[in-house]
Amino acid sequence: MLNDDIAALSTPPGEGGIGIIRLSGNGIMDRVSKIFAPAGKMDLSQRKGFTLNLGWIIDKDGSKVDEVLLGIMRAPRSYTGEDVIEINCHGGSMPIRRCLQRCLEAGLRLAEPGEFTKRAFLNGRLDLSQAEAVIDIIRAKTDRGLKLALQQLEGKTNYIEDLEDKLLKVNAMVEASLDFPEEVGDLDYEEAASILSQVKESMDRVIESGQRNEIYRDGVKLVICGKPNVGKSSLLNALVKKEKAIVTDIPGTTRDVVEDYINVRGIPVKIMDTAGIRITEDFVEKIGVEKSKEVIEQADLIIFMLDIAAGISQDDMEIFKNIKHDRLIVLVNKEDLEEKKITSEELENLFKGIRIVRGSVKNDIGIGELESAVEEMVFNGSIPGDGLDIMINLRQKNALLKSRVQVESALQTFRDVPLDCLGVDIWGALEMLGEISGKTLKEEVINRIFHDFCVGK
Amino acid sequence: MVYEAGKYDVVVIGAGHAGCEAALAAARMGCSTLLVTLSVEFIALMPCNPSIGGPAKAQLVREIDALGGEMGINIDKSSIQMRLINTGKGPAVQALRAQADKHEYGKEMIKTILGQERLNLLMAEVEQIENEAGKVKAIITRTGARYECQTVVITTGTYLKGRIIAGEVMYDGGPGNQFPAVRLSDCLLAMGIKLGRFKTGTPPRIDRKSVDFSKMIEHPGDKEPWRFSFISPPPVREQLSCWLTHSTSETHRIVMDNIQRAPLFTGVIKGKGPRYCPSFEDKVVRFAHKSSHQLFIEPEGRDTDEMYVQGLNTSLPEDVQVQVLRSIPGLEKVHMMRTGYAIEYDYVIPSQAKLSLESKVIEGLFTAGQINGTSGYEEAAAQGLMAGINAALKVQQREPFVLKRSEAYIGVMIDDLVTKEADEPYRLLTSRAEYRLLLRQDNADLRLTDKGRQIGLVNDYRWGLFQAKKDLLKDQTKVLQMTTYTAADTEAVNYLVEKESAPLHDRISLWELLRRPELKIADFVEREWIQTLKPDILEQLEIQAKYEGYINKQKEQVQRFERMESKQIPEDINYDEVYSLSNEAVQKLKEIRPLSIGQASRISGVTPADINILLIFLEKKRRN
Repeated sequence: MLNDDIAALSTPPGEGGIGIIRLSGNGIMDRVSKIFAPAGKMDLSQRKGFTLNLGWIIDKDGSKVDEVLLGIMRAPRSYTGEDVIEINCHGGSMPIRRCLQRCLEAGLRLAEPGEFTKRAFLNGRLDLSQAEAVIDIIRAKTDRGLKLALQQLEGKTNYIEDLEDKLLKVNAMVEASLDFPEEVGDLDYEEAASILSQVKESMDRVIESGQRNEIYRDGVKLVICGKPNVGKSSLLNALVKKEKAIVTDIPGTTRDVVEDYINVRGIPVKIMDTAGIRITEDFVEKIGVEKSKEVIEQADLIIFMLDIAAGISQDDMEIFKNIKHDRLIVLVNKEDLEEKKITSEELENLFKGIRIVRGSVKNDIGIGELESAVEEMVFNGSIPGDGLDIMINLRQKNALLKSRVQVESALQTFRDVPLDCLGVDIWGALEMLGEISGKTLKEEVINRIFHDFCVGK
Repeated sequence: MVYEAGKYDVVVIGAGHAGCEAALAAARMGCSTLLVTLSVEFIALMPCNPSIGGPAKAQLVREIDALGGEMGINIDKSSIQMRLINTGKGPAVQALRAQADKHEYGKEMIKTILGQERLNLLMAEVEQIENEAGKVKAIITRTGARYECQTVVITTGTYLKGRIIAGEVMYDGGPGNQFPAVRLSDCLLAMGIKLGRFKTGTPPRIDRKSVDFSKMIEHPGDKEPWRFSFISPPPVREQLSCWLTHSTSETHRIVMDNIQRAPLFTGVIKGKGPRYCPSFEDKVVRFAHKSSHQLFIEPEGRDTDEMYVQGLNTSLPEDVQVQVLRSIPGLEKVHMMRTGYAIEYDYVIPSQAKLSLESKVIEGLFTAGQINGTSGYEEAAAQGLMAGINAALKVQQREPFVLKRSEAYIGVMIDDLVTKEADEPYRLLTSRAEYRLLLRQDNADLRLTDKGRQIGLVNDYRWGLFQAKKDLLKDQTKVLQMTTYTAADTEAVNYLVEKESAPLHDRISLWELLRRPELKIADFVEREWIQTLKPDILEQLEIQAKYEGYINKQKEQVQRFERMESKQIPEDINYDEVYSLSNEAVQKLKEIRPLSIGQASRISGVTPADINILLIFLEKKRRN
């Protein structure tokens, strides 16, 4: 694991521009040769360091995936000290994703968070004084990675748990038969095959539905927050241009976080509405409020709404306190109303250095300005888009793909190989799946044996 | 009154399966060794089941043998039956199992010990281990004898504060109703060693003369001349059979009617018992839907009528045990000779030991066997051997001997013991070995004889046999790989047709043909394509050819694994100095003190981020 071939996105995906995929490891030249068709005659392996090479990343059938420029840096004169290739491809989410996928199919693995920096240090490319900075990067990225992985699992957890449960069961059946032959007897091959087939089918379904949704998976995560009845749902509707959240005048009626994707000036934006945050005794609403705080935590960009007719209350400032100020837009709503309890002076004092937009959502005033503000913030880099979420999504998908390969291999050789060899594939399938949830499942197999079987002398 | 009784390099306390291996290994490596036991009559006692081997355990016995240990040779001398189990489930899990003549097993071991140079036997209870500045100095017996020594190996099994329980009856005792060792526990505690408490149990024994075997299924031994040791001669004696019967719904009713008298359920037993060896009452309660459990009736020896009821370990009251027995087909009129019981005992929490089994608390102190929270004769013997070797190496100021998870089941077991927290007695399973296709019982000699020779435990006789075997394997592999056939060879073509195997297209070697499941190496011998060889040679060639693909896959995994294992962590690392390590990781790493990054990564609570941080820290140290 210390010097195998790795790949990662090194620029955030956005519409237009270029995206860079960075590869490192001493076997990458050979691997990339298999998925790269050069425009010129010279084979990749003959190219020197510090050259740019035009060509195409090609699919399994030889068709072109994307036109790319490969920057080659030879060991040890590279960032990591190993051979490094930077694939400059088109910047949209799909080209990047497909090029990266091809790299994985060529035998590279996705880099762990902070792994390039780690290698650079371990190979002596970074100064000793940078050790702690390197550790900070690893710690921060790993923690954020774990959080993102959990988020991405939301909604998929049931599938994964079900797959895990079935694979655990099959593993326990095999292992129990091997370790406790007298008590358990021979493996019930029919039942095992039937469970494995079910596993394969539901993997097919998850992978297929994942591919359909993939295009929407990434994008800037935008949260609209503010106290109840400030007009959050109306803004959401204005942006989405369809009725999704329930809009009423009774405070607290938007109980669930509703999510949708919109395209703001070409940037994919994933909108997350929140129930109004306020101190509440209402239990049902409280769940909504807790959830909202969590969503704000995850957001790349936050629109904080104020009601000009209501003024700035303590509740408002309480919410404001909990928001990261570097990714914030303040929207002062209901400018159309006569009663104005918020002055420009007040705004400037309270929200120094923060982008402020004034308007009336109901009357479509200020929405254009708001969209410009979003666009500016994305492009001037105040939003930390490092593509980590795409990486994690890809990691999960690839773990699932690899797990499916093992299941297929087990099914193919089912009765042709002895049980201990079959066990290798069946265990491999579970081990791969464990990469998605981050669990180590070896001990759970053993627990499962004792749970499912009456063993012991 | 304490008096000076002598001086030894190594003192081994306890002469069970761990103690015998430890003492023999140390003496054979040239150390003057004292083996102290509570009772000379009970050396290498098998207080529970009369068998050795089975999945994962057979691999252990073969590994002990390859390294120059005694268990394999001793069971070959004293077995009453041998069977190869898990045949047809693959080479990695095939396992030999022997039924032992318990009495003979002990007798043979005593003979070997008495015949061993540099090894003295002493009957005494060790009351105190003396240490000076955290280093072992001497042992003192209850009768006042003080023996100075450089290293001590404690192999006291379940004797430490042992307590026997059967129903309402409870008393302090060791296995087989012997004296428990009471004072040593307190001595260990006083030295700063943490103890835990476990429970295990054994079934009642019955009189052969009162058993009606006509109601049972006979399980005879295999016809093949199996043996554990790579150097034992083939067996010559007649084998005895075991018998299979089962519990009935009446048995289960009796258990349930008396469950309020079961110490397991009344809270009398507090120690945690093993899930792989549940008591019978536990099975009846937990698997209530099963109307019957199988029970094996096994002879305890050739010269005794005592038989072991495998599957019926229990701590129910004696009167209930008799009723339970008599509800079993074939045992209607049975005479119970010994009562089943549960035993609770102190064990040393094994994460306090290094991978060499030396204590991290007291230098020169080693622990091995059931005292380390394991179960099983084989697990005990394997640890005893390793502790004995390492105690001797320490005396000789040589590097400790540690086996990796990729090299031996012994390595898997000891790594598990010192790295993972266990809440039940540890038993080795093939499922615990990541690379079990490589760690087979058939190739234990190929894996470990070299290492045993380097340590100094493999004698010239074994070494000679091993060299000859290795040469023969090399030559015959070449023959299989060089002998090729094409579609023009009628004999080969006919053979394939006969075995319904795919026809030949290109030139193909015998080695490649062997990969086909339907073709066997015995066929090649029959057709005189290769010469007649000893069965173990043929078996080895066949396994290596047939499973080459899987074996190579695991070898690749091992290479990746070993990269992490070879990243060593210096013993004097100060984890408080490591910037940004999580609190939990710091605490666990300080406690376990792993030797390598690989071992660190197996500690629960140490995350991948922590591992990366450690790597950066180590690199920083290196550059400084």
